[in-house]
Amino acid sequence: MADFIVSLLTGLSSAAAMFLVASGLSIIFGVTRIVNFAHGSFYMLGAYIGYTLVQTIGSTGIGFWTAVLIAAVAVGLIGVVMEILLLRRIYKAPELFQLIATFGVILVIQDVTLWVWGSEDLVGPQAPGLKGAVSILGKPIPEYDLALIAISPLVLVGLWALFKLTRWGTLVRAATQDRQMVAALGVNQRWLFTGVLFLGSALAGLGGAVQIPKGGADLLMDFNILAAAFVVVVVGGMGSILGAFWAALLFGILQTFGIQILPNSTLVLMFLVMAVVLIFRPWGLLGMPESLLQIPSGPPEQPLRPALPRVRALAGAACALLLVLPIVHLVFPEVVGTFTLVLVIEIMVFVLFAAALHFIMGPGGMVSFGHAAYFGGGAYAAALLVKFADAPFELAFWAAPLGGALLAFLFGWFCVRLSGVYFAMLTLAFAQIAWAFVFQDMPGSVLKTFGIADEFGTPLKITGGDDGLNDIWPSPWASTRISYYYITVGLSVAALWIMRRLLYAPFGYTLRAGRDSPLRAAAIGIDLTRHRWLAFAISGAFTGLAGALFLFSKGSIFPTTLEIARSFDALLMVMLGGVQSLFGPIFGAAALTWLNDLFSVLSYWRFLLGVTIIALVLLLPQGLAGFADTRPGRRLRLARPEETGA
Amino acid sequence: MSVAQHERVPVLEVEALSKSFGGVQAVERVSFTLSSSELLAMIGPNGAGKTTCFNMLNGQLRPDAGAVRLNGRSILGLSPQSIWRLGVGRTFQITATFASMTVRENVQMVLINYHRRSRALWRPAENHYIDEAMTLLECVGMDRQYDRACGVLAYGDLKRVELAIALANEPKLLLMDEPTAGMAPRERMELMQLTAEIVHERGIAVLFTEHDMDVVFAHADRIMVLNRGELISEGPPMAVRSNKKVQEIYLGSGAAHGVEIS
Repeated sequence: MADFIVSLLTGLSSAAAMFLVASGLSIIFGVTRIVNFAHGSFYMLGAYIGYTLVQTIGSTGIGFWTAVLIAAVAVGLIGVVMEILLLRRIYKAPELFQLIATFGVILVIQDVTLWVWGSEDLVGPQAPGLKGAVSILGKPIPEYDLALIAISPLVLVGLWALFKLTRWGTLVRAATQDRQMVAALGVNQRWLFTGVLFLGSALAGLGGAVQIPKGGADLLMDFNILAAAFVVVVVGGMGSILGAFWAALLFGILQTFGIQILPNSTLVLMFLVMAVVLIFRPWGLLGMPESLLQIPSGPPEQPLRPALPRVRALAGAACALLLVLPIVHLVFPEVVGTFTLVLVIEIMVFVLFAAALHFIMGPGGMVSFGHAAYFGGGAYAAALLVKFADAPFELAFWAAPLGGALLAFLFGWFCVRLSGVYFAMLTLAFAQIAWAFVFQDMPGSVLKTFGIADEFGTPLKITGGDDGLNDIWPSPWASTRISYYYITVGLSVAALWIMRRLLYAPFGYTLRAGRDSPLRAAAIGIDLTRHRWLAFAISGAFTGLAGALFLFSKGSIFPTTLEIARSFDALLMVMLGGVQSLFGPIFGAAALTWLNDLFSVLSYWRFLLGVTIIALVLLLPQGLAGFADTRPGRRLRLARPEETGA
Repeated sequence: MSVAQHERVPVLEVEALSKSFGGVQAVERVSFTLSSSELLAMIGPNGAGKTTCFNMLNGQLRPDAGAVRLNGRSILGLSPQSIWRLGVGRTFQITATFASMTVRENVQMVLINYHRRSRALWRPAENHYIDEAMTLLECVGMDRQYDRACGVLAYGDLKRVELAIALANEPKLLLMDEPTAGMAPRERMELMQLTAEIVHERGIAVLFTEHDMDVVFAHADRIMVLNRGELISEGPPMAVRSNKKVQEIYLGSGAAHGVEIS
């Protein structure tokens, strides 16, 4: 019993940071409809800035808490800077486009933090006056844990008072309900948004600062808390602070007890709970139905037209260049080196991956945050077939698209019933579950539980966990660099062409119909759920194909291929290239893979990449492919003349 | 009016249709029939139960009691999709079209679905049912703008496109929710004139709701008046106009809106 109480209290104390970060995220989303990816970075900055302040003025109790509060305000101001310099310019950009901008901010903050505070983890000092422990039922509980337990309800009450009792708070609540109406009432949205960004960011900063005595500060904090905060917000209901509070408590407790039952799997446990909640309550515990959460979309997409002659010629030229590149390599190795061929293989893999994601994201309007599941999942299917069934390359290779399709078919059944942010979050949840499946080698653990081992009595490894699966190469005929180059280029170009045909066919049009007007689509007898499901599975198949090409080019596969970061890479490629254009993902993937490669030799490459991304977002809000639609693009006859309203 | 009018046969028969929401009787024992080539206007103040009636007829809401027959066949409890397939077209108060498609593609989409080709994966969609789509667009006077994106059309033109969309599944019954909402007075008359011509020519039955009494009295063959969920009057425009109860309702709420019934 005493153990139980102690665990419960530990759980409640760990909920504090989660609640603070999640409530900030939720407030920002509620009003601006921006999913702020940089929120985890604000949390990290709160910890670092708080650390420095505590070192200077935090030797007394008052000093410590003053330092924490100053850190929160400082982070709030950083949020304001981001809003004024960046977000303000892109509120009208296409749906979820702001994601990329805030993703750029993550990269910049990572490197700035590295530069200012160095790469070593900082161990937080204990809070003065709360260094001891109190005894509860004979078990010691750190005093600081009790302080943390008290913080969440205090902040909740504070927020409640702010929103219910002040005029500003009333406006924020009104804007969460109906933004257009608030604008129509003559409220200056700009300052409302700026204020909301300050409050939300300050809450994240506070979350980072108060956990210094428990966790200190390190450079991985941003992504670690981001995933957890998203889960909390979604389970609680986007925009609901009380929902975030209960969800944070639930997960705080779940984490503490989860560690005892299933070590290392707390995040997976969270995602599992989220998946279950979303299946039964598609808009979270206390959230609003998605129909009330209209995300503003940009200008309507242009109709699909056959490619212009000049675009066609450029595409043909690009294909021709791809075909002759290895020949140039053989004749003039100093012009086109081995490295170029390797880079092109990598680029084509990610072009295919991004195009497959775009297939559902652009025309289908389904933004998947977890497409790495089908990329890595497919690759693992092929790798396992090679390892355990000794399947030849020619057979195992095709297991990847098949595996990707089956996995997407399974996960898709749940996901396609949701839309918007909730769809995105459920796909993310499934991807995390898939990641945990291979990372923790769940099949291996099951065999171990039943005592199945090899002839020497050592437990069998199936997915190999962290070590991955190694030594998986194509058959000799396909394993030279040039033959594998042609396999990759041939298959990915063919796949791109097939996807293009599908999107021009009635099937693709039906997807776009459902995205443009679900009401009209239903009224003309379209069963949208089925079409979306099929599209999801097709996308999974092509993503799996990209995974197969990736696997056999590297010869090994690791759980990192299913990571959130990998899913975000693909997302970034699609959005950077331009969601509204079928050529978008091609440009986005090529540019990002190339930039990654270019910058990776530099010490502050994240900063450069982040700044590049932000610059691209501001200069080309329709993505790289949007260049065709700009004035210089039209002059080069890459797009048709602009059609204006009647 | 065209001479070669279709013989009038009952298309829609509604008997004692009822629906309540948590104690509020939204629609109470409403009965009527609607024949081919007939335009029936459903009018009444806000909250009279018009929208609830509409949503029960096209399958979005399930009635508590009553019967709905289309060409003698009960459509009660069928999904909106099945009802659409049986020949019920629909236009919305706020137009719902596919903004990223051209005018013709919008109509082609309906034809593709009507012929169950929506899962066709290869031949480009724009090559399907071109002639049929153009015929429909000619019918509503949108054939010359066939290649423009719906997202950039003027509102009046969008309404015409929606009419073409509603006609594409060869409907026997058209449900039009506020067909002229948001249009200029002259455009309203033109659109309803066009609608009347088309439905008389094709023998389609039309049930529409409308707030503009000029439109109603100029084009409806028959009018039914709802108030608080109940049918209080039904008949030819002249008879409804002189009905005492109707005058009471409309002199109370209608006069304030500048609507005159005289």
